[in-house]
Amino acid sequence: MPQNNYEYFLLMPQIIIGIGIVLSVIIEITSKKSEQILPWFSIAMFLATAVYSILDINRNFVLFGGMIEVGGKPAIFNFIFNIGAALVVLSSIDYLKKYGTYYGEYYILVQSSVLGMMVMSGARDILMIFMGLELMSICFYVLAGINRKKFSANEASMKYFLLGAFATGFIVYGIALIYGTTGSTSIQNLSENFSVYSTNIVFILGLIIFLIGFSFKIATVPFHMWVPDVYQGSATTVTGLMSTTGKAAAFSVLIVVLTAVFGSNTHNIVRPYFATISALSMVFGSIVAISQNNLKRMLAYSSIAHAGYMAIGLAAGNAYSIAGIIFYLTAYAFMNIGAFAIISIVEDENDSRVDLNSFAGLHSKSPILAAMMALFMFALAGIPPLAGFFGKYYVFVSAIQSNLTWLAIVGVLSSVISVYFYIRVVVVMYFKDSVEDFKITISSFSLAAVVIAALFVLVFGIVPDTLMNVITSVIR
Amino acid sequence: MEQNLLLTYLLFTPVIGSVLVLFFRNEQKQLARWFGLIVSLIAFVISLVIYFRFNPTNPQFQFIYQVTWIKSLNISYHVGVDGISLLLVLLTTFLTPLTLLSTWKAIEKNVKMFTFSMLFLEAGMLGVFISLDIFLFYIFWEAMLIPMYFIIGIWGGERRIYASLKFFIYTMFGSLLMLVAIIWLTVYASGMLGKFTTSLVDLYKVGPTIPHQIQGWMFGAFFLSFAIKVPIFPLHTWLPDAHVEAPTAGSVILAGVLLKMGTYGLIRFCLPLFPQSAVQYAPLVSVLAVIGIIYGALVSMVQTDMKKLVAYSSVSHLGFVVLGIFAMTVESVQGAVIQMINHGLSTGALFLLVGILYERTHRRDIAFYGGIAKIVPLYATILMIASLSSIGLPGLNGFIGEFLILLGSFKSSVLNSWWFTIFAATGVIFAAVYLLWMYQRIVFGEVKNEELKHELTDMNLREMIVMVPILFFIVWIGVYPNTFLKLTEASTQSILQQVGTYTVNLLK
Repeated sequence: MPQNNYEYFLLMPQIIIGIGIVLSVIIEITSKKSEQILPWFSIAMFLATAVYSILDINRNFVLFGGMIEVGGKPAIFNFIFNIGAALVVLSSIDYLKKYGTYYGEYYILVQSSVLGMMVMSGARDILMIFMGLELMSICFYVLAGINRKKFSANEASMKYFLLGAFATGFIVYGIALIYGTTGSTSIQNLSENFSVYSTNIVFILGLIIFLIGFSFKIATVPFHMWVPDVYQGSATTVTGLMSTTGKAAAFSVLIVVLTAVFGSNTHNIVRPYFATISALSMVFGSIVAISQNNLKRMLAYSSIAHAGYMAIGLAAGNAYSIAGIIFYLTAYAFMNIGAFAIISIVEDENDSRVDLNSFAGLHSKSPILAAMMALFMFALAGIPPLAGFFGKYYVFVSAIQSNLTWLAIVGVLSSVISVYFYIRVVVVMYFKDSVEDFKITISSFSLAAVVIAALFVLVFGIVPDTLMNVITSVIR
Repeated sequence: MEQNLLLTYLLFTPVIGSVLVLFFRNEQKQLARWFGLIVSLIAFVISLVIYFRFNPTNPQFQFIYQVTWIKSLNISYHVGVDGISLLLVLLTTFLTPLTLLSTWKAIEKNVKMFTFSMLFLEAGMLGVFISLDIFLFYIFWEAMLIPMYFIIGIWGGERRIYASLKFFIYTMFGSLLMLVAIIWLTVYASGMLGKFTTSLVDLYKVGPTIPHQIQGWMFGAFFLSFAIKVPIFPLHTWLPDAHVEAPTAGSVILAGVLLKMGTYGLIRFCLPLFPQSAVQYAPLVSVLAVIGIIYGALVSMVQTDMKKLVAYSSVSHLGFVVLGIFAMTVESVQGAVIQMINHGLSTGALFLLVGILYERTHRRDIAFYGGIAKIVPLYATILMIASLSSIGLPGLNGFIGEFLILLGSFKSSVLNSWWFTIFAATGVIFAAVYLLWMYQRIVFGEVKNEELKHELTDMNLREMIVMVPILFFIVWIGVYPNTFLKLTEASTQSILQQVGTYTVNLLK
């Protein structure tokens, strides 16, 4: 345990972003050129945080009397959040111009949401988790409606807010029950005395309600109702952010809480729960995505399915599965942000051109965009040797290690189903001629974001060790 | 262990070639064509070097190269060949340049992308045949779906989208179940060996010790994946669609090499990894194989489309191969391997010949043709040889494979019944019926359509360059099969020995 006056230094990633938010507000107030400065400033903050977190990964401490953890697993999550957010901001620059909805708040809110995620992933106290969650969620509610002149964006924002608040209510109620029975909000305490508490039915109820609240946040069936409308209505780049980093943050909490449970060898009480929602999400997400014509909606259902794959890891609940989930989350972040960035390039200012027909013949309109989209689709479908395949592979291995072979089989079967709708995008891009005649103006910033995401997908697919070694080194 | 880089050079030649071709400009069609041809010829030369350095008396894997790839999962890039895989590698490197050459006129749309796909596909197929790590095998097995999917989908016929989707999802279904089995096997092996391993050589020791009932499931998962690829009746329905809609080059590679990946998988994985289950289910599989032989032949007979006829004949011919593999005698398995090569050559040749007609007239229905012997005598002769080779006329290659398979299955102690042989032999007769009947309707008689006289021209030099090497090997295997049988003998014996040691009790 470091000396008290060092604790603030160790908290540097959160501090960088915090200062970034304050400076961004000042820039937005004082500078007339804030539209040019802010995006690059926030990208710089994100990159600084990401790099700092990775360099600091081995200095793993719990600070402030067991409130927040730095280094280790949180550092990897910080990396995912910040790189993801940097890519989203990069692809938002021209997207926001296209819609004519530049508000400086956009970048400030993205930074604030990332700070919330970082608090969530580091939290070692249930109240800290709640704080981080609220910071992230409230930023997301606003970001979802950032295209405020659009009816669908308002609808998405409202829906997200109402259902999100409902889920938050669940979480608070769960926390209240847990605190009421244990007299403590510390996860450390929870994990040490789990065997004592687990005999108390009210405590278990509180835990289950807490988990249900987070099942909303990771978008698993049957708590998925908000996902399609919100993902479809929100600004495309924001959807990219919510569906990847937001999901990663919620998973980071589940991993922390469940590790406390796994640690005492009684994870059996949550295994049936996670196995069920995982199987339901995979099958439901994959089947319903087939009938979607709107790409954003299709990716929303696919994100439900992917949450299901990741939940396999939660059900399996061994050290290997945690590594698998983190790998999956990283891979998924790059695949999905890339895909949404491409949609944001193709769509026009009237919220149209996001359905399959608009992608028809994309190959002849822009070979590079089509090739990248095909890459992301194959990666999402889990074709080797791309990053998405290894994500699935790791969680399937962990499932079989935990004698959940049936879950792995459900997983591969829904992968087969999902191949159909991912490949359909490739079909229209390459095999069909263009239906609507329009010209795509490719923003070079967005394209850069797409290419960077594609590089990550390729590198993590061809040499998965680059990422896996880092993950396993902190999981021990 | 001694490391040998030859196979790596072989594998990476088309990979590098396919990447380089992406840098060409779209207009540089001719350059892309020549480039693709030269790259695939280099790969062929490397495979010849491997052939001449190969020691056929050694049943072990040779030209091994192993280097760790994914350390956290103990997966390595581990390649090597034995006699069986060497023959298939040679078939792949031999057919690829010929198919590339055959498309010089037929493919005008996006030549660059086509060359890329073909070279990428070649790398994938080679990877499947030379992988000695089950995980590496799986990656190549899946990755090669993508180029084939594009080849059917972009350059295919009218219903190409339906066909390519069906092909993709059908194969993906089987292979993902195999993935679960692979993971289960490796997790089980890590308990047995004390380390997580995906090396085939290690797994050979573990597979046969799996408890009986679970082994049955594992065998089933692997078998399903391979059976879809072969395809074994009743999982064959994707094949006619894919074949008919694919461009000629796609059909040739599909029939010539891709289907062999399924039968290769049966020999390399199903038999040695799960010997007890393989022996137990051999009669059942053989029944399916025989049904496939007869069914494929009967359906071929009634086809009005030449390409579909040849496609269904594949179902019939591959039935022989599966029967040979599951008869599990040295003769039958060697015959099956030779038959794999034969089918690649003769069906490849038939698809090429159908393609040559189609390029000129854009018609594939048999009824349209008739009496073309007078217009294109050279073509008629070559079609004759290819058909006879596919029928299994003594002196040509088809006979050797079918004879060995029938002989081996007759005295097989695993099948233990000569009914299989009798029914399978009828397939040979049916083959003669449908192929000769097609030949008669197309080539003989009066010229049916006047337009044929204007449109049809005899084979040109490029097409001859494509066909002559194939005909050369058709005759070589028919006259002196020893060159090829010699290669596979030791490897076959070693696989059957692995099966034999674990199943001695079962057979008594």
